[in-house]
Amino acid sequence: MEMDGGQALLKALEYEGVEVVFGYPGGAILPVYDSVLDAGIRHVLVRHEQGAGHMASGYAHATGKPGVVMVTSGPAATNIVTPLADAYLDSVPMVAITGQVPYGLIGTDAFQETDTTGITMSITKHNYLVSDPNDIPQIVHEAFHIATHGRPGPVLIDLPKNITDAMNPDSKMTWRDPVAVDLPGFQPVLDGDPADIEAAVKLLKDAERPVIYAGGGILKSRAAAELQALAEKTNTPVVTTLMARGALPDSHELNLGMPGMHGNYTAVMAMQEADLLLALGSRFDDRVTGRLDSFAPDAKVVHVDIDPAELGKIRHPDVAIRGDAKRVIAAMLDTLGTAQTADHGAWRSKLSGWQENYPLAYEPAEPGGKLKPQMVIESIRDASPKDTIVASGVGQHQMWASQYWTFDHAYTWLNSGGLGTMGYSIPAAVGAKAGMPDRTVWAIDGDGCFQMTCQELITASVENIPIKVALLNNTYLGMVRQWQEMFYENRLSEVDLSGPVPDYIKLSEAMGCVAIRVEDPDEVEDAIARANAINDRPVVVEFLTEPGENVYPMVPGGKSNSDIVVPPFQEKETRS
Amino acid sequence: MKRSQLAETHTLAVLVENKAGVLARVAGLFARRGFNIDSLAVAPTDERFSRITIVVDAESAPIDQIKKQLDKLINVVDIVELQPESSALREMVLVRLELPEDDQVDDVLQLVSGFNGAVLRVRGTQMILSLSSRPDELDSFVEKLQPYGIRELQRTGAIAIPGIE
Ligand SMILES: Cc1ncc(C[n+]2csc(CCOP(=O)(O)OP(=O)(O)O)c2C)c(N)n1
Ligand SMILES: [Mg+2]
Repeated sequence: MEMDGGQALLKALEYEGVEVVFGYPGGAILPVYDSVLDAGIRHVLVRHEQGAGHMASGYAHATGKPGVVMVTSGPAATNIVTPLADAYLDSVPMVAITGQVPYGLIGTDAFQETDTTGITMSITKHNYLVSDPNDIPQIVHEAFHIATHGRPGPVLIDLPKNITDAMNPDSKMTWRDPVAVDLPGFQPVLDGDPADIEAAVKLLKDAERPVIYAGGGILKSRAAAELQALAEKTNTPVVTTLMARGALPDSHELNLGMPGMHGNYTAVMAMQEADLLLALGSRFDDRVTGRLDSFAPDAKVVHVDIDPAELGKIRHPDVAIRGDAKRVIAAMLDTLGTAQTADHGAWRSKLSGWQENYPLAYEPAEPGGKLKPQMVIESIRDASPKDTIVASGVGQHQMWASQYWTFDHAYTWLNSGGLGTMGYSIPAAVGAKAGMPDRTVWAIDGDGCFQMTCQELITASVENIPIKVALLNNTYLGMVRQWQEMFYENRLSEVDLSGPVPDYIKLSEAMGCVAIRVEDPDEVEDAIARANAINDRPVVVEFLTEPGENVYPMVPGGKSNSDIVVPPFQEKETRS
Repeated sequence: MKRSQLAETHTLAVLVENKAGVLARVAGLFARRGFNIDSLAVAPTDERFSRITIVVDAESAPIDQIKKQLDKLINVVDIVELQPESSALREMVLVRLELPEDDQVDDVLQLVSGFNGAVLRVRGTQMILSLSSRPDELDSFVEKLQPYGIRELQRTGAIAIPGIE
């Protein structure tokens, strides 16, 4: 079939099963946008390209399907650098389409020319600069294949205008359906080596103080059911990292919750005192390990990852298994058969002792005082459907959301774990809601983050994507304020957002949202009930929260996990 | 310092697809991961593939991590770490001399033939020589030429392939 490159691009996206594209038009991508009009794909017009990138990411995480973002060249391409880096660090499958100046002008500093493939080389899994429109179907097919196979990640396709523009003879092409990809350098290994699996199972059977250290890879490989089966069969407690919240239900008795810098005491100390860490799709991030040379000193390590470069990158594994978590866990279960694991009674009772003495806890608000952010999150949790999707920004509110929400379903927690991108939550929530319109989607946001990407609430209004935003307004860049308080003698530098502008209610209303301000604890429940009842437009509930509240527990940066600081009202036992 | 006496190195033969930007991907990876390249040589082996020989400074990062990160590049097809004892490795040097004395030409010719090198040009007291050999041979060749007035010198990176089993 004869067509131009712009038509071919849309046809290729349709061929890959794309249902929605998040994007923004402009000069170099104009011809492609002409074809958008005729394609059977929904296009969501964002208000800033960064938003489109995070939407694609939120969509991908919630639905498991690759997210697609499409923007023009130059400033638009650079506007998606942040979401690409974000998706790269959190292994989110995404395909980005960027317009480029005509091929013949590349290298001439043409209007809106940037070296997009060069700029994004280190923050994409792979990228392409297309020179021949006939290559479009196959390159798009490869891009989706690469984005979704092995360790997922973003792939970018840069399209010079001359090959998409119907007016330009360079754009004439003959459509041919893509053929099976032939990528000799990309052959992900999915099945673990049986001998290694055998060795891992033996360690697991014999361990007395084992912990499963479950990471985002569990969710990427859709292995939540297998994880639960393995934990139950071997009676092994599980910690779920910031990227893995929901991989095992929080209400499951074996789930110890989140480890790491702001993890709960039991999850952190369980890893510290374990004799075996079974790392499944996790990567020993410094936010989890704390000071590395004193991390889990007695633990043998079994490390399972689809990306061999993670094996041994940070911590030397006793058994390294390259493979897809779902398949490797299934193979471990097979190998285990009916075997009995060692008795974990003493270990389990030690853990429950910690859980009793050091639960996640906060002091209730003083009478007449500001709202406690933790209480707000608990109230939203209790009043919303169990499978509500929660997207958070970056800062204190992110940690509280992870700590105090009960994630009983996989794929309900969206956050920027690796890059820590402020402003992630609103666009990610919009992307998730676009993909899962029947689900309740709450963005839990900070006042700082809100001011970075709130314009996507306009997108949400106009495109009828009714998300809900809980704006935890502590009038500070709270996480930075906390560090300044703890490590810089409370010398507060450039963290005050107390305003008096913006007026978040007027701002939200101007963007087409229902906006509710809550100051009094007695109003919290009603406001949330009202928000949950509104489904025809976005809602913003601004909660005025305690400005001085800090996130606990905390392992100070660079310190050992054993130096975990519990909240001041929880006296820490002197450890024997 | 003699180049062959640099800190411990590893030699990688990396087979890559002949795609635009592949060298930038490889070089960029080394730069951003803090791996030091000692030398790099690249040329196509056929229509579809090129072979890059990279000599890396082993102290900058564990070689295992370097190989695994390289392998993540989609266009990298195969990576072989070459063992210095068993592999065939060659480097080339071009040297321009300006002899201090007129009567030294014969000495230099003799020296060159001792190393199995080649004389590419001679004009008066100026000579251009070349030698293709192992890096340590190149080192001693260059050292022996020192008294003869080296004006300019260019060495390639090493190229290498596995030896015969
Ligand atoms: C784009 C970006 N800029 C700066 C930072 C550094 N940073 C981390 S948390 C934070 C404060 C976030 O403030 P807010 O959104 O109000 O959340 P809070 O911590 O108050 O809950 C800052 C500035 C970041 N993570 N991302
Ligand atoms: Mg704040």
